[in-house]
Amino acid sequence: MVLARSVEPTEPTEPADPAERPAPAESRERGGLRGAALRFGLMAVPLAFFAVFFAYPVAAIVTRGLRADGRWHLGRIPEVLGDPSVLHTLWFTGWQAAASTGLTLAVALPGAYVFARFAFPGKGLLRAVVTVPFVLPTVVAGSAFLGLLGRGGLLDELWGIRLDTSVWAILLAHVFFNYAVVVRTVGGLWAQLDPRQEEAARVLGASRLAAWRRVTLPALGPAVAAAALMVFLFTFTSFGVIQILGGPRYATLEVAIYRQTAQLLDLPTAAVLTLVQFAAVAAILALHAWTVRRREGALRLVDAARTARRPQGPAQWGLLAGVLAVVALLIVVPLAVLVERSLHGPDGYGFTYYRALQSAAGSGGTFFVAPVDAIGNSLRYAAVATVFALVVGGLAAAALTRRAGRLVRGFDALLMLPLGTSAVTVGFGFLIALDEPPLDLRASWVIVPLAQALVGVPFVVRTMLPVLRAVDHRLREAAAVLGASPLRAWREVDLPLVGRALAVAAGFAFAVSLGEFGATVFIARPDLPTLPVAVARFLGRAGQLNYGQAMALSTILMLVCACSLLALERIRTDRSGEF
Amino acid sequence: MNSHLRCAVTAALVGSLGTGVLSGCGGGAADGKDSKTVTLVSHDSFAASKAVLKEFTRQTGYKVRVQAGGDAGAAVNQAILSKGHPQGDVFFGVDNTLLSRALDNDLFTPYEAKGLDKVPAAHQLDSAKHRVTPVDYGDICVNYDRAYFEGKKLAPPKTLADLTKPAYKNLLVTENAATSSPGLAFLLGTAARYGDHGWRDYWKKLRANGVEVVDGWEQAYYDRFSGSAGGGKGDKPLVVSYASSPPAEVADAKSKPAKAPTGVAAGTCFRQTEFAGLLKGAGNTKGGKALLDFLLTKRFQEDVPLNMYVNPVREDAKLPEVFTRYGAKVPDPATLPPRKIAKNREPWVKAWSSLVL
Repeated sequence: MVLARSVEPTEPTEPADPAERPAPAESRERGGLRGAALRFGLMAVPLAFFAVFFAYPVAAIVTRGLRADGRWHLGRIPEVLGDPSVLHTLWFTGWQAAASTGLTLAVALPGAYVFARFAFPGKGLLRAVVTVPFVLPTVVAGSAFLGLLGRGGLLDELWGIRLDTSVWAILLAHVFFNYAVVVRTVGGLWAQLDPRQEEAARVLGASRLAAWRRVTLPALGPAVAAAALMVFLFTFTSFGVIQILGGPRYATLEVAIYRQTAQLLDLPTAAVLTLVQFAAVAAILALHAWTVRRREGALRLVDAARTARRPQGPAQWGLLAGVLAVVALLIVVPLAVLVERSLHGPDGYGFTYYRALQSAAGSGGTFFVAPVDAIGNSLRYAAVATVFALVVGGLAAAALTRRAGRLVRGFDALLMLPLGTSAVTVGFGFLIALDEPPLDLRASWVIVPLAQALVGVPFVVRTMLPVLRAVDHRLREAAAVLGASPLRAWREVDLPLVGRALAVAAGFAFAVSLGEFGATVFIARPDLPTLPVAVARFLGRAGQLNYGQAMALSTILMLVCACSLLALERIRTDRSGEF
Repeated sequence: MNSHLRCAVTAALVGSLGTGVLSGCGGGAADGKDSKTVTLVSHDSFAASKAVLKEFTRQTGYKVRVQAGGDAGAAVNQAILSKGHPQGDVFFGVDNTLLSRALDNDLFTPYEAKGLDKVPAAHQLDSAKHRVTPVDYGDICVNYDRAYFEGKKLAPPKTLADLTKPAYKNLLVTENAATSSPGLAFLLGTAARYGDHGWRDYWKKLRANGVEVVDGWEQAYYDRFSGSAGGGKGDKPLVVSYASSPPAEVADAKSKPAKAPTGVAAGTCFRQTEFAGLLKGAGNTKGGKALLDFLLTKRFQEDVPLNMYVNPVREDAKLPEVFTRYGAKVPDPATLPPRKIAKNREPWVKAWSSLVL
């Protein structure tokens, strides 16, 4: 028991949940009212954002489906729910998401450890590379994945293994896409855990495994749960991967909603399916909140740079080699397939496709602007979306850190909902809800970063929250006793400690915005296409030049993503000097 | 872009304060209401040369702003959902498979565009009321990999019936009719040839002959089809694609081959005609009518093939050389009346899914 307590610098007699930890009597009285006001102030902006840009549009499209001539038509609900194919879809959606999450955790947790604890050359670059799949349009990445798993792919040529017709292709592709979520969310916190605690446990006689299980694992619990939740929500709403690698026999709820909304215009059925998806996601969120609340506690965080060191002994070198091999096979090879295809022109290797991107005319009229302009558009949109996501998500995380009641926990779950909502629901919702002044944003460019920020916010909240909650409450109280205002206490205590998490969150928000396709495709203007939208437009046409340009733009998207993340890493290194 | 950037910074700084500020920044929203601008709402395959759009501005004084969202089906559905508050003045891109839905939802204001006399009657599917104006047409056909069939000394298939013959076993890849528009068109083509019930037997035979179904055209054409120059190493020499795919394969090549690397089985085609219409509640009705007229001018019509890889509806519009040289002649494409498609689409796709998938 001594060991377990060593990770909780808070008084052991207190409940682990900071939310329920009683504050000193004096500050409770003064702080109670002020705290409530502050919390409300912090929550106002995220609440308004979600009300206007998520709840309202989604409610509008669902209502349009279930209400006609001023009356509710709920008869459709049992009808749809009774359809065996819908139940089958729901079952497949759920189990493939659970399996993908499990597999991703199994493959990526060793990676998180390696990235957190080992220092090796090229680590920063590799951390950026594993995040690249995250931004790639699934159409492109799926096609690259076929180059690995499909007929004539690498595995086929080496060992005669073809996975492209089995569910394994879907699961492995989900690992490919979500590896970074685990490495970044869990690894980010792991790097800041003080290794001396585990070492102390070892000195006191615990086996390596026992020390890990009783010291490190409890401390990592919330971050692992957060990563698992995000991977689950991402794979639950998987669309492109299922279509390309699963083929027509596999369909998720997301595919069904897309078909009903965008193709059949059967809004009542789409509305019921959306509600089913909400119910499923809400259940997952409740489960997540329940598991996490029991584990969160203040932790001793240290500078990440101090915890990483060169691997020692054959076991550690072996682990590093194993992780690198997995990353190479699962992530680098499919990406390399794309790069190879972008360079493989009609007359051998060269930059033909890249040169063609530079003029609108070279694209055979596919674009009103030179396709390279999409780089600038994507960067601008993603930058604005990142700011939106950081402001909204940061404030929400700050509000959620404070002593929280039931209401606040509900708010926490609400912020995650966009990840579990079909992009077509959001895209169509925007179009029918934001169509009247003062909110007629349909023709405005700002609608794109707004939609992208919606997906970015959950990442910001989930990355920031475990770290913010790990900040020892007594530090804030000490600041308050010394006369600091809550804002000042936040600036002087929380901000320096969470600077790293903030950079990780910004990286996620940026990457997610850069890669967002499902909603953007409905709302981006054709003269201001983003990179994924431009890639899809090229891929929709026959001809080698079009295909090659799609691959070239995808490669550029990868580079843009990797460079942006590397730049963010740099900021982060400077930041962590403040520890 | 500068104003956008400034706006971005402002929005970022005050974004947290609320939404009023954001909508104020929507510089784009303002030009939509300008009477000198006409807004064309379309799907994301719409394309036109800059010079041609400039020509329109020169002739009429109106500038064209294009607003696109998703594929053809999604774009039509969006237009229906925003009926009353349309996103623009003219909608382009509703085809015969979706026409009934658009007309039943009363999307368009009738307008008889100038130049219709040059358009064959077969394309004028709403000639009584002129709610929509035909602009282009294209055929969905089975394409074949010329090199494969030459290598095997096998004649490529010509008709739908050929596809069920043992010689072509396991050679065809098509798209899911439930999720892909060429996939749906191919299904409709078989229904047009074999009748409301006969198509089921045809597909049973096709299935027995080893047809492969993938979800989208991109996967079928680039990943599975062996004749496309781009993409992976496909092993299917037959694919459901467009009649214009062979010209597209050679359009960018520096040295033009004698024949396109792929060909079209002309007896397997289904014809799609695309229409445009003046949206009800349009802010700029006059500009919209001028744009509809312009879509039928020779200048625009001759610009259509190389931009969207479809054929102009105007009889006297000249086709570019890649189309005349490498394109296929489709003398007798299958068609179905839009009303029949609207009525049967959902049940047919359902029946097809349980039959083939």
